[in-house]
Amino acid sequence: MTLLSVNNVGKAYRGYRSEWQRIARWFYLPVKASSEHWVLKHISFNIEAGEAIGLVGQNGAGKSTLLKMITGTLQPTEGRVQVNGRIAAILELGMGFNAELTGRQNAYHAAGLMGFTTEQIDSVIADIEAFAEIGEYFDQAVRTYSSGMQMRVAFAVATAFRPEILIIDEALSVGDSYFQHKSFGRIRAFQEAGTTLLIVSHDRGAIQALCNRAILLDGGTVIKDGPPEEVMDYYNAIIAQKENATVEVQTLQDGTVQTRSGSGKASIASVALYNAEGAPVEYIAVGEAVCLSIGVQVHAPLPELVVGYVIKDRLGQDVFGTNTHHLQCVRTDLAKDTALTYAFRFPASLGVGSYSVAVALHATDSHIAENYEWRDLALVFNVVNMSEPNFVGLAWIPPTVECN
Amino acid sequence: MFGMLRGVWDYRGFILTSIKNEFISRFARSKLGGLWMIIHPLAQVAIYALILSNVLGARLPGIDNKYAYALYLIAGILAWNLFAEIVGRCLTVFIDQGNLMKKMRFPRIALPVIVVGSCLLNNLLLFVAVMVIFAVLGHAPNVQMFWLLPLTLVVVALAVGLGLVLGVMNVFLRDIGQVVPIILQVWFWFTPIVYSVSIVPDYLKGTLDINPMYAIVTSYHNVMVYKLAPNIAELGVTVGIALGLMVLGLFLFRRASSEMVDSL
Repeated sequence: MTLLSVNNVGKAYRGYRSEWQRIARWFYLPVKASSEHWVLKHISFNIEAGEAIGLVGQNGAGKSTLLKMITGTLQPTEGRVQVNGRIAAILELGMGFNAELTGRQNAYHAAGLMGFTTEQIDSVIADIEAFAEIGEYFDQAVRTYSSGMQMRVAFAVATAFRPEILIIDEALSVGDSYFQHKSFGRIRAFQEAGTTLLIVSHDRGAIQALCNRAILLDGGTVIKDGPPEEVMDYYNAIIAQKENATVEVQTLQDGTVQTRSGSGKASIASVALYNAEGAPVEYIAVGEAVCLSIGVQVHAPLPELVVGYVIKDRLGQDVFGTNTHHLQCVRTDLAKDTALTYAFRFPASLGVGSYSVAVALHATDSHIAENYEWRDLALVFNVVNMSEPNFVGLAWIPPTVECN
Repeated sequence: MFGMLRGVWDYRGFILTSIKNEFISRFARSKLGGLWMIIHPLAQVAIYALILSNVLGARLPGIDNKYAYALYLIAGILAWNLFAEIVGRCLTVFIDQGNLMKKMRFPRIALPVIVVGSCLLNNLLLFVAVMVIFAVLGHAPNVQMFWLLPLTLVVVALAVGLGLVLGVMNVFLRDIGQVVPIILQVWFWFTPIVYSVSIVPDYLKGTLDINPMYAIVTSYHNVMVYKLAPNIAELGVTVGIALGLMVLGLFLFRRASSEMVDSL
C-alpha cells in the first residue's frame, strides 16, 4: 500500500473584491474570485514505506506549502493528498510551548496537540525525560531554559512515538553537536524500523547522505524526481543559470557611481570565470584549470595601472590574492578610453565551498597610493568535488603517501 | 458535525491540559494567583454598588435585604461575565492561535471548546465566591439555584454561537474584532444589570424584549435574588436564538475552516 499519495495537487490563494463576497460564497452564493494566485500546480508523486526523500527547491518554490498540505494544515485547492499513517513533523520544534509551564507539563501539552491521549503520554514521558537529558530542569519552567534545552525537549516530544512519515526541516541543528548526533541516531533508527523520511534541505551533502530519492520543486511544480545525485545536479544547474543572470545585471548596474569605490579614473568593465574550454562557469571542480577574466576601461590618462584580485571564502577570509605588480605585468602611460582585458589562469586548488572574488584597480603595488576602483563580491563561484578523494579544508594540496 | 465531536473526544486530553495550563500560566508568579479571577468582577460589583446604590440612592423593590442592590448586581454580573468572556475570546481565538493552526494539524474545533472550558472554570470560581458573599450578606442559597445549571448552558450556547460567527468573520474582516468590544459595552448597558427593569421608560421596554441577554439576566435575578423559578416562556425565545446562532456558527466554521488557514 502506498504510504503517501499526492495526486495532481494544486494550491491557489483566492482574493475577492470584498471579504463579504468570500463570506457570501460560504452560503453557496455564486461569487467569482477576483484573483487567483496558484503557488502549486499539478503535483503528483507517491511515496512508499521506508523511502527517504529529499525535497529541494529554491525559496518560494512551494516546499512549505506542499509540506503543509501533506501534514494537513492546509487544504489543497485541487487534487488529493492521501496519507496512510501518522505524520510527525520536526518543522516547528517548540510550537505551542508555554514559557511558564515546566518541561514536563509542556511535554504533555505538545504530545496532546499531536493527538495522543494522556495515558499514551504517561507511557513515554520517562523516555522523553531521559532522551532530552536536561536533568532537574525538566520540572522547571521553560522560561528558565536555554534555547538548546528547549529544542531538546521539543525534539524528544516530537519523536516520542515512531511515526510512519517523519518530515524534517533543514533547520535540523538541534542543540549542541552531542545532541545532534543523538537526534540523528534516533532518526536513523526510525528509518531502519520502516519510517519514511521526508527531508527539506538545501544541503547537497545531507540529501545525498540520507536520501535515496529527491524531488525538485521549481515555480510550483515538480520538475525532477529521481536519484539524489541527478536531481541535485539539475538543481545546481538551475541556480547557476539564475546566478549568472544576476551577475550580468550587476555588471550593468555597477557602471553607476553608487557601487564604485575609488577615484573612477579606471573602472572594472567585466569580471568572469571561464573553464578550460572558454565557457563561463559558476561551478568548478576541485583542481580544475580556470581563467579569471577582468575587463578594464580607462577613463582618464593613467601613469600606471595595476590590477589585483583576492579570492575569499564564504566567511570573507582571504584565501589567495595577488596583483599584476607582483606578477610583473604593470601597464604604464595609458591613454583615455583604453580597454584592456586581463586573463589570470590558475588551477582551482580550493576546497569544496563557495568563494567570492574581490577586484581592485590601482597604481603601484598596493591600492593605498591611488585606488581607481575596488569592488567586493565582484564574482561568486562554487567549488565542488567531482573526482578527487574526499578531503577537508580550504585548499586542495594533493599528497602522495608512502608507508615504509 | 459528527466528525467535529469525534475530534473533540480524541483530543480531550489536549483540551483538558490546555485549560489547566492556561489557568496555571495566567497566575504563575502572582502572589494571589487564582484569587485575581474573582477579585476583578467583585471590584466591578463594589464600584457599581458604591456609586449607584449609595451615591445615586437606587432602591430595589421586592426584596428587603439592605444589601439587595449588591445581590442584584452580583447575580447579573455572574451571567454577563460568562457571556462577555466567551464572546470576547471566541472573537480572537482563531487569530491568536493562527500560528498553531498553520503549523500543526489538530481538530480546530478544539480551540473554541478550550475557550468555553476555561471560561466555565472561571465562572465556577466566581460562583463559589458569590455564594460566600451572599452568605456573608445574609442571603442563604436556595433550591431555585439549581436552575443555574441549565441557565449556564443557555448562556454558553448563545455566547459560543455568536462568538463563532464573529470569530470566523474576524479572521477575514479584522474590523469586527475592533467593533465588537464596543458593541458589548453598549449591550451591557442595554441589559438590566446595574439598574432595575422597573426604571426603564415604557417606550424603551420593547427594545429590551429583543435582547436575548435580558431573559437570561432576569432569570439569574429571579433564581439568585428573588428565589423564584425563571420565566420559561421568555427564556424559550433566547434558547431558540442561541440554538440558531450555534447552528450558524458551526456552519460558518465548517465552511471557512480551510480558508481561515490561508488567510492567517
